[in-house]
Amino acid sequence: MLLKFLLEKEIKQIRRNPFLPRLIIAYPVLVMLVFPWVANLEVKDINLCIVDNDHSVYSQRLTEQISASEYFCLSGTAATCDEAMESIKRNDSDVILEIDAGFEKDLVRGGNSTVMISPNSVNGTKGAFAASYLSQILSDFSDGIREELPSGGPPSGIIEINPQYRYNPCLDYKTFIIPALMVILLTVICGFLPTLNIVGEKEKGTIEQINVTPVKKSLFILSKLIPYWITGIFILTVCLGLAALIYGLIPAGSLLTVYLFAILFVVTYSGLGLVVSNYSTTMQQAMFVMFFFTIVMLLMSGIFTPVRSMPGWAQAITYANPLRYFVEAMRAIYLKGSGFFALITQFFVLLGIAGLFGIWAIMSYKKR
Amino acid sequence: MITAEDLHKNYGGTEALKGVGFKVNRGEIFGIIGPDGGGKTTLFRILATLTGADSGRASIGGLDVVRDFGQIRRMIGYMPGRFSLYPDLTVEENLNFYAMVFGTAVADNYNLVRDIYGQIEPFRKRRAGALSGGMKQKLALSCALIHRPKVLMLDEPTTGVDPVSRREFWQMLKKLKEQGMTILVSTPCMDEATLCDRIALMQNGGILSIDTPEKMVAAYPEKLYAARSGNNYRLLETLKARNDIKMCYISGESLRVIFRTEETPKMEGMEIRRMEATVEDCFIYLMQQ
Repeated sequence: MLLKFLLEKEIKQIRRNPFLPRLIIAYPVLVMLVFPWVANLEVKDINLCIVDNDHSVYSQRLTEQISASEYFCLSGTAATCDEAMESIKRNDSDVILEIDAGFEKDLVRGGNSTVMISPNSVNGTKGAFAASYLSQILSDFSDGIREELPSGGPPSGIIEINPQYRYNPCLDYKTFIIPALMVILLTVICGFLPTLNIVGEKEKGTIEQINVTPVKKSLFILSKLIPYWITGIFILTVCLGLAALIYGLIPAGSLLTVYLFAILFVVTYSGLGLVVSNYSTTMQQAMFVMFFFTIVMLLMSGIFTPVRSMPGWAQAITYANPLRYFVEAMRAIYLKGSGFFALITQFFVLLGIAGLFGIWAIMSYKKR
Repeated sequence: MITAEDLHKNYGGTEALKGVGFKVNRGEIFGIIGPDGGGKTTLFRILATLTGADSGRASIGGLDVVRDFGQIRRMIGYMPGRFSLYPDLTVEENLNFYAMVFGTAVADNYNLVRDIYGQIEPFRKRRAGALSGGMKQKLALSCALIHRPKVLMLDEPTTGVDPVSRREFWQMLKKLKEQGMTILVSTPCMDEATLCDRIALMQNGGILSIDTPEKMVAAYPEKLYAARSGNNYRLLETLKARNDIKMCYISGESLRVIFRTEETPKMEGMEIRRMEATVEDCFIYLMQQ
């Protein structure tokens, strides 16, 4: 009964806030409409500079074959390798393909010839992708040549590699990032907003007046968390809808499991927010501390880069990161269609972290 | 109704309270008078169960402020020095909210707050943050009263309030007292001291004296003179240079002077007359001792 009055008051205050309700609507829409296109690690439009020392029919054919690929744009041709390096330095090209003189002659005669690929690897991912795409085209090219040649050089394709990408057959980055974007949204909404709300009451002094009433502290805090939990679940629902509508992305697993994990996660993360709010006296402090933890947790969660590729000590830290488990669970449910029992480890670890934050929040409050 | 015994409280290295003790009787207005930074707010926060004392005991209506804080919170109405209601809720919503958290309704205790709340009722749809200083105080008092407390604690209720609202505010306190309420009020303003039944002068975390304002003034041990001339600052300098003067300070429009000699010495170039001490004079005298 008392909780009902407290909730009424919180909801009134949120609704009267000049920009919070707008943010709650606009934020998920913006994130779902814009970020799947922006937060994209696919490499396209690589600028290629070709140094053709052979000027033969075959080298011409190779050039054409590469230009036809959607990954490469021919930024120009250079007479010498030095000239090509200049264009890399000017940032006009990302990768150089140098075709040796005698390329065609060697191919026809011995079925063997060499080219040099030099990618600009300031952006390591882009460089590696460029080199690997280019070698793929080269191997296709050489297979084509081989079939034409009457001498029929040594057969190369003894083993044909034909990868099948499980759970994301087209290697579409959007399917990978959308569940993660939902995680980020919930982190921001349920981590920051209740924390700032509680510290705001401290800063304004209104908590002083509440403290002399018979309202129990735990009930008061609960009344501050519940509206944001509901907001978080509402936002998740909007995101799920948008993902299905715009990207046709529907969780392969059950929606119920998605919601179960989401509820557990918002409770866990708002627990961290409570701990931070207990130690802060101003909104500025709380904001900064939350920001610090959130950035660390986002970067160490596997949202952007796989946990497996982190150094051992960093991997050890990720075990304490609630985001890691939630992202794992969300991706598994969305892409693999994992059921609840496949994710039982993630569930109980999250539950444990939630309990830990809860106990910490209570203890740090009692100290004051 | 309220007792405090030897309360001590430290914040880091500074001593906010150095052994404060007093008793407040049922149905009286008890004033804690003293300058800012004297420990008044700390004392109020201990009595309102918001913070614990390092040592010493305090009780309200026989209930210990630490052990029985839950019962005490239902019994007291506390108004912090800073406006602490929700600025984004309306006047009406604030009052309803505080009535509900105490498990009562505005209608049940309306007669108690009618005089005060009646004045701001025309603005009941206005957000509390948009009220003027005097109206904010009236709303805060209404909210502190809405659960019909036995003891009212007001920490500097008239600071930042215009003189007219201030006078009204004290009249309201008088009315509440007539209804049997015990009122503990603090103020840095010495001329409000005479409006209290009894006062405690507080400075640097200690109590200098406790008495009724009348007795305190009557007990002033020295003969006090008021002196004035065209230039009070120059006069102060000349008087301070003389060795037959025990104390001399500026108060308002004139100087206060205490002589070491029994009879008034002849003084030139100024107007001098005997005067009765005020609470402020008592305070300054006690501070110097």
